[in-house]
Amino acid sequence: MSLWEYANPVKFMALSGRILPWTAWLSGISLVIGLVWGFFYTPDDFRQGSTVKIIYLHVPSALMAINVWMMMLVTSLVWIIRRHHVSALAAKAAAPIGVAMTLIALVTGAIWGQPMWGTWWAWDPRLTSFLILFLFYLGYIALWAAIEDNDTAADLTSILCLVGSVFAILSRYAVNFWNQGLHQGASLSLDTEKNVADVFYQPLLFCIAGFVLLFVALVLLRTRTEIRARRTSALFARERMG
Amino acid sequence: MKALLIRDLRLAIRAGGGFGLGLAFFLIVTVLVPFGVGPQSALLSEIAPGILWLGALLACLLSLDRILALDWEDGTLDLLACAPLPMEAAVSIKALAHWLTTGLPLVIAAPLFALLLNLPSAGYVPLVLSLLLGTPALSVIGTFGAALTVGIKRGGLLLSLLVLPLYVPTLIYGAEAARRGAQGVEASTPLFMLAGITFGVIALLPFASAAVLRVNIR
Amino acid sequence: MMPDLGKYADAVLGAYAASIVLLIGIVVLSVWQSRRAKAALEEMEKRRNG
Repeated sequence: MSLWEYANPVKFMALSGRILPWTAWLSGISLVIGLVWGFFYTPDDFRQGSTVKIIYLHVPSALMAINVWMMMLVTSLVWIIRRHHVSALAAKAAAPIGVAMTLIALVTGAIWGQPMWGTWWAWDPRLTSFLILFLFYLGYIALWAAIEDNDTAADLTSILCLVGSVFAILSRYAVNFWNQGLHQGASLSLDTEKNVADVFYQPLLFCIAGFVLLFVALVLLRTRTEIRARRTSALFARERMG
Repeated sequence: MKALLIRDLRLAIRAGGGFGLGLAFFLIVTVLVPFGVGPQSALLSEIAPGILWLGALLACLLSLDRILALDWEDGTLDLLACAPLPMEAAVSIKALAHWLTTGLPLVIAAPLFALLLNLPSAGYVPLVLSLLLGTPALSVIGTFGAALTVGIKRGGLLLSLLVLPLYVPTLIYGAEAARRGAQGVEASTPLFMLAGITFGVIALLPFASAAVLRVNIR
Repeated sequence: MMPDLGKYADAVLGAYAASIVLLIGIVVLSVWQSRRAKAALEEMEKRRNG
C-alpha cells in the first residue's frame, strides 16, 4: 500500500470522506482553544499593550500563506511528473485558501501596524513580499478560470506555479535589497521567534495547529468538490454524446 | 533560425505596430507624468528613473500579445511545432525579435525622454545601461506569459495579471540601478543583479515557455 | 469577562473581526460549493440510472 494509491479518485474520496470530519472538528477545537486562551487569558505585552493579541491570527495566517503556496508547488510537481489528476485538483483547491490566508495576514498586519508603527502600510520587505505573493495567487486562480480544458489548465497552472515560485523567491531578495537601498538599517518587522515569551507562545501553538488543520480540512473539502464537479461534467458530456 | 528571426522582424515592421506603437506609448507615459505630479523640475528629476523604467515596462507589456497571437491564429505555430527547429529555440527567437522591435528602440529613445523629465546628467549612462540589461528579461518573461495565454480569447488582461508580478525583480533592480546612477551613487551592485536575472531568465525560461506552448498546441 | 484592552481595543477587536469574517467566508464558500457540486452529481447519477 503506497501513498500513490490515493491518487485514485475513488480511493481519495473514500479516505478523505473519513478524515474530513476529524480534521474539521480538531481544527475547530484548537482554534477555539487557542483564540479564547489568547484573547481572554493572556497578559498584555509591556511594550505593545493589548495589540500583542493580534499575533494569534497574524502569525498562523502568514505561515499558512506561504505554506499553501509550497503545497501547491509540490502538488503541481506531482501532476507534472506523475500526472495524477487528484494532485492537480488539490492545487486548484488550495489557491483560494491561500488567498484568504494572505488577506488575513495583510489585514491583521495593517491593523497591527497602525498603532505600533503609526502607519497602516509601510513598504517594508515582508509586507511587500506578501503583497506580491497575493498577486501571484490571483494570477494563478485567474489562469485556472480562463482555460476551459481541464488537463490543459492543470498543465499551464502547474508550470506557472513552478516559474512563479522561482520569481517569488527572487522578488523576496530583490525587495530586501530595494528597501535597504531606501532607508538603511531601518527594520520594522518583528522578530517573533525571539521575542515571544511562553505565556504568548502556548496559545499561539494551538492557533497554528488550528490553522494547519483548518487548511487540511478545507483542501480536502474543496478537492472533493472539484472531483465531483469533474465527474458531473464528464457524465454530462457522455449524456450529450449518447 | 535566421529565417524565422528575419520573418518576425519583417512582419513587425510591415504591420506598423512594432516600433511605432511601443515608442509612442512610452512617449505618452512620459508626457503624462508631469501632468499627474506637477511641473516642479526638482521632483521630476528625482522620480525620472522610476518613471522611465515603468514606462518602458508598460510599453513592453503592451506589445506582448503580438508575439504569438497572430502565429497562433494563422497556424504558423502548428507548423513550427512540426519543424525540425526545437520549440525552445523558436521561443527564444520570438523573444529576441520582440526585444529588437520593442526593447531596443525603447533603450535608444530613453535618453531623449529623460530630457523631458530633467534627469540629472550623471543618470544617463546608468539608465541606458540598466535598460539595455533589463529589457531582454522583460521580453523573455513576456514571451512566457504570451505562451501561457495564447489559447485564451481576450487574454490581454490576464496576460498583464500574470506577467506583471514576474516583472517585479527586474523592475526593482533596474530602477534601483538607474536611481542610484541619477543620485551619483555607485550602481554596480543592482546592475550585476539585473544582469544575473536577465541571463538566468534567458537561459532557463525558454524551456518553460516551450513546454507551455506544446501544451497549448496539443 | 471581557478583558481590558486599553487604548488599543479598536485595533485588536478590528483585527479579530476581520480575520474571523474572512475565515468564516472561505469556510462557508467551500461548504456551499461542495453542497452544490454534490447535489449536481447526485442529480446527474439519478438521471443516468433512472
